[in-house]
Amino acid sequence: MARPRPMLLAGWGNVLQQRAQVYRPEKLSDSRDIVAANADSATLVARGLGRSYGDASLNDAGAILLNTQLNRFNAFDPATGVVECEAGATFEDLIEVFLPRGYFPPVTPGTKFVTLGGAVAADVHGKNHHRDGSIASFIESFDLLTAASQTLRCSRQENVDAFWATLGGMGLTGIIQSVRLKLRPVETGYVLVDQKKTRNLDQTLAAFIEADQDYAYSVAWIDCLAKGTALGRSVLMRGNHAKAADLPAELSHLPLQPPAKRRGRVPFNFPSFALSPFTVRLFNARYYASHPDGRHISHYEDYFYPLDSIESWNRIYGRRGFYQYQAVFPTQDGDRCLRSLMEKLSDAGSASFLAVLKTMGPASGGILSFPIPGLTLALDLPNAGASTVQLLDELDEVVLKYGGRVYLAKDACMKRESFERMYPDLPKFKQIKANLDPRNRFSSSLARRLGIGAAQ
Amino acid sequence: MSSQAAPADLPWVLIVGASSGIGRALAHQWAAEGSRLILAGRDVDDLQRSATDLQIRHSVEVRVVALDVLDYSRHHLFWKECLGIANGSLGGIIVAHGFLPLQADVQSDLDLMRRTIDTNFTSAGALLTLAANELEARRRGFICVLSSVAGDRGRQSNYVYCSAKAGLTAFLQGLRNRLFKSNVTVLTVKPGFVDTGMIWGKPGVFLVAPPECVAADIFRAVRRGRAEIYTPWFWRYIMLVIRCIPEFVFKRMKL
Repeated sequence: MARPRPMLLAGWGNVLQQRAQVYRPEKLSDSRDIVAANADSATLVARGLGRSYGDASLNDAGAILLNTQLNRFNAFDPATGVVECEAGATFEDLIEVFLPRGYFPPVTPGTKFVTLGGAVAADVHGKNHHRDGSIASFIESFDLLTAASQTLRCSRQENVDAFWATLGGMGLTGIIQSVRLKLRPVETGYVLVDQKKTRNLDQTLAAFIEADQDYAYSVAWIDCLAKGTALGRSVLMRGNHAKAADLPAELSHLPLQPPAKRRGRVPFNFPSFALSPFTVRLFNARYYASHPDGRHISHYEDYFYPLDSIESWNRIYGRRGFYQYQAVFPTQDGDRCLRSLMEKLSDAGSASFLAVLKTMGPASGGILSFPIPGLTLALDLPNAGASTVQLLDELDEVVLKYGGRVYLAKDACMKRESFERMYPDLPKFKQIKANLDPRNRFSSSLARRLGIGAAQ
Repeated sequence: MSSQAAPADLPWVLIVGASSGIGRALAHQWAAEGSRLILAGRDVDDLQRSATDLQIRHSVEVRVVALDVLDYSRHHLFWKECLGIANGSLGGIIVAHGFLPLQADVQSDLDLMRRTIDTNFTSAGALLTLAANELEARRRGFICVLSSVAGDRGRQSNYVYCSAKAGLTAFLQGLRNRLFKSNVTVLTVKPGFVDTGMIWGKPGVFLVAPPECVAADIFRAVRRGRAEIYTPWFWRYIMLVIRCIPEFVFKRMKL
């Protein structure tokens, strides 16, 4: 039986640090033993690379199953691109192994340091959500280890309730053991990017509506500190996977093996003055100015994972960490919601750089999945204590007013009442969870904060 | 890439204890460098999963053979089976199995004490005897064995394990001496703390190294025909200091 290790863990935002007993299984049978042995004691939740920002992968004073060692590929069909892997395999693994064979993850979050187990639990989305939906669209099945130490194969045909509760279910239905998904065939590891600057919010939204369907990938960097007539000014970065014929001569001899990128790292927590409204304003002005309109070929790393080249980039927010906020709201009145959010941010003088805007397509069917059709805004806010929580609460109110919701994988401080209003299918989730896990063994700090446990 | 070499020309490498944390990292290292692998161990289901993974990642042939190292009656059969798979092109053998119980348990349980010495020393010696005779006759190949820095000096916190590893280190010195004239290299690996299930959750560990780095060190040492390595390298100096402490001081210390 594996020993646990007591550890102090944090989410990627570093705002909360909590102690837990951490198990790290090396075999599937270890995971079964851990779930079985823990039956009468502490609650348990799986954790991967800890990229959720808040408390989704924390379990204060409980147990955590760190599922990073079980990262093996179980099957791959080169004809269809269907791959099955253990839950600890990452997007980096998928790219490293299958890009040279002409396949790319069908949906990818903004970092490749995410496990497939985590991707299913958060039903992650990427820059192609408006067209392809979330990762759920490409998940054929997964194996779920339940509280009864049984392994359930879940798919659209088998254990259907568990399937839709686990996709986006934040790990609260059990331990995801393996995932079967269909990769996307690509000709190259590059993206053909069209960059376009807009001067204000109307232009930004018009550009999205006008041309989104011409691009597989679409995202805008939005300047959260711009005010007045410049409010909502953005740089749209839309692209398609480059075809072999799109590549210039110097890249075309190894189209599926782009050169490896160097990785730097942030060696220590930055002091708090490093990210003041003043420096962020400077950064934003410079970012806006340095991204001219036009078309270019981009390495997949630069387009999908710009921050992955800097290890521990979260340290630039200093010791107190930061909140990441991501909300989605319906397109109808989306401009009003967005304007309202931007004004609140602007008024608070809260410094957010690299705020991101994009359109979302249809929901996946995951009961607690985040995406709904509309506009999504994501931003980072340095933790300044109570005033930041207060601001986030006000943002939640705006989002609620317009029928939107907040992403659980990013959230660290939402109120339970707000959550219940944002996710009306919660009772259905609780019911399925109660069937799978009658004693509420799988729980996390997030689950307790938001009351996602057994029906109360 | 490994898949570009003709698979039939690749040498076979046998890894005993292939589902240990280090065994897994070594398998990836050797597969990436273009070896076919025989994975041996008790948990055949788990080894089969690793074998499939290695095949998908590295496009090399990987076979699994069941082995309980303490079942000496099976060693001959096991060895024959491996030779049958390698069919004349066995490049080398890596012995990576180990067993590290808590010292307190070993002191109160004689069976556990014997199992510690048997697993870490006697079983390795038995397998190495079979391997050495074969490679000596062929006059080529490598033997790579995971001993431990623990074998450099017995400490109260760990001395049964230490003594088994010390025995293994001495065994390998003699074996290296014997096989030198037959062109067979014998590498003694002395890892420090490696980030595997063996030490996860153990109190008092420090300077823990990722298994991939240790595997890369070991691969380089085998390729260069080295006799002994510490990995990571700084353990050589840590152990030098520990060995230099006079016994009258050492016996009073809490190590």
